[in-house]
Amino acid sequence: MGNKITVKNLNFFYGKDQALFDISLKIPEREVMAFVGPSGCGKSTFLRVLNRMNDTIPYARIEGEVKIDGKDIYKAKTDVVALRRKVGMVFQKSNPFPKSIFDNVAYGIRINRMHSSKKDLAERVEKALKDAALWEEVKDRLPTSAFGLSGGQQQRLCIARALAVQPEVILMDEPASALDPIATQKIEELVVELKKKYTIVIVTHNMQQAARISDRTAFFMLGKLIEVNPTEKMFTNPDDKLTEDYITGRFG
Amino acid sequence: METRIIDRKLDILRDKLLLLGGTTEKALYLSMRSLTERDSDLARKVIKDDKVINKMEVEIDQMSVEILALQQPAAHDLRFVISVAKITPVLERIADHAANIAEAAIVLNNEPEITQYSELPKMAEVAGEMLQTALDAFTSEDSELSRSVIRRDRDIDDAYNRIFDKLIRLMIDNPPLTTGAAHLLFVAKHLERIGDYVKDICELNVYLIEAAFIKHKKKI
Repeated sequence: MGNKITVKNLNFFYGKDQALFDISLKIPEREVMAFVGPSGCGKSTFLRVLNRMNDTIPYARIEGEVKIDGKDIYKAKTDVVALRRKVGMVFQKSNPFPKSIFDNVAYGIRINRMHSSKKDLAERVEKALKDAALWEEVKDRLPTSAFGLSGGQQQRLCIARALAVQPEVILMDEPASALDPIATQKIEELVVELKKKYTIVIVTHNMQQAARISDRTAFFMLGKLIEVNPTEKMFTNPDDKLTEDYITGRFG
Repeated sequence: METRIIDRKLDILRDKLLLLGGTTEKALYLSMRSLTERDSDLARKVIKDDKVINKMEVEIDQMSVEILALQQPAAHDLRFVISVAKITPVLERIADHAANIAEAAIVLNNEPEITQYSELPKMAEVAGEMLQTALDAFTSEDSELSRSVIRRDRDIDDAYNRIFDKLIRLMIDNPPLTTGAAHLLFVAKHLERIGDYVKDICELNVYLIEAAFIKHKKKI
């Protein structure tokens, strides 16, 4: 399978402060790539580079090249709304809209006018909820508030909302860090299932989670990409001493 | 750098393995002495002490599982626990062979002495040295030393073949010595197996150090 995302010599600055240093990385299509590293290492910043979420931050500046499907997403002509539809995002804290379960998932479909009829809309919502492994739990209460769902269900609702607009890449920023082990396991199973159709990049502080669900792991430290390798190699025999020290908890 | 919780556990695990290794070395040495010095009491002691070795094996198994479950080791830590968990039963089997040699010694000590097996103690010495070097190489994480031990296994195999031929000839030429010769043949076979087991330990050393699986490979 080819590379979905190719990053070359990327530097990122918040004003005068450089947050990412000369990062080059290829993310293969329909794989799960995990970003790990200590807090402040730049992994979340890098994740947000991939769908231009940092555009909203004043003084943020970028150098280098980020290509998705061969197209530079930082070109002036880029349709950022279309980009974010193609590259969806799920955050650490679930953030459903204060709307019904149905309307949450339907939201993106409606504003993008992706549906041809009411029936088509309902079908799209159902498919997204099914893909997010939530349908069975909510099918009888679609008109009720999304806030009535448990934390784990809310997070899967947010995944369904991201899936509804038919993205190709899903960025996840610690999607299970606030969930209990059972809800976490559901999210992890879902991620593994979703990679059949989507390219997934996940930021996680949970090493075992990265080990369980990702095909490749990238280790960041102080804004630099230290190592990227198949996850199995990363956790049994990493190339870099810094990686070894980090994944075995030798950093204070 | 502060000590991690897992470091203390891994230190204890290493100590336990080396204690098992040392006890196994001693069992092999004493079993051969019980044979060459025709000392059945010593042989019985080796057999009795094998129970201690079995107990050590179980302890290391339990501790390895505990570390895997509770500390979730990665990278070198993971390879260390896996290597220890896999070396442990190998040492226990070597000790079993030592006990078997001691059992043979008790039988042989009641038979007329066979003097034509001078190469057997030499073979045991090589096996003992290989075992000791393998454990040293584990401690110092020396993969070259481990490979040199693996190559030495050929010497053990050659010695076995020579001893086998000699003892068969002895049985044909001197039928009253058949029982004794047969038991000596078993002893030689035990030593030959020990050589193979030491090789297994060295392969696990290489895995620990280089994360390379060299078992069943021609090129090591």
